[in-house]
Amino acid sequence: MSEQSNPIRDAIAEAISENDVILFMKGTPDGPACGFSARAVAALQAVGTPFAAVDILPDPRIRQELSALSGWPTIPQLFVGGELLGGSDIIVEMYESGELAEAVGSEPAEGGEEPAPLEPQQAQAAPLGIENRLN
Amino acid sequence: MPSPEDLKRRIEAAIPGAEADVDGPDGVHFSAVVTAPAFAGRSRLEQHRMVMDIFAGELGGAIHALSIKTQVPFSQEHA
Repeated sequence: MSEQSNPIRDAIAEAISENDVILFMKGTPDGPACGFSARAVAALQAVGTPFAAVDILPDPRIRQELSALSGWPTIPQLFVGGELLGGSDIIVEMYESGELAEAVGSEPAEGGEEPAPLEPQQAQAAPLGIENRLN
Repeated sequence: MPSPEDLKRRIEAAIPGAEADVDGPDGVHFSAVVTAPAFAGRSRLEQHRMVMDIFAGELGGAIHALSIKTQVPFSQEHA
């Protein structure tokens, strides 16, 4: 373990511990820069949970440090309660099975209906999530 | 450029008993459905990690994107 201070990794770790639901993504919830990030945003918005979002694109070190911290190579990455939940495939799979709503502590859809299929435009139409950029 | 067959071969070689169904019409975006008894008892996160680890260093590079779905063989799941 290096004794060197690593402000970027510290800032990432702090953001993960301070936000119960936090998504590291390419772009912003309003303007996702990648289809996988867009799907993750759409799933979170569909379960109606507030979430913090960090755009990893402005500085390549964010992604590098994030992946070193999480051991997960790809983006997006969703953390709930300080733990890595997964990337977009897992997020969408958990959304479809209802596990995502459970994991983030959201009430399931009324009448126990099946979660609606995700539409790509949901990502753009929905309101902006909380932004928490690391600069 | 990696082919879906390359990815399939590498997944099946790396994970004992795995059967992989890989699609990747453009040679850079791939999707893999992997069925393996080795997934039994592991979380979805660990299962995905087992597949992604095979391509560590290539994801985001030669393999622009790899979408993964993992499953345990039916007979194992209900054993």
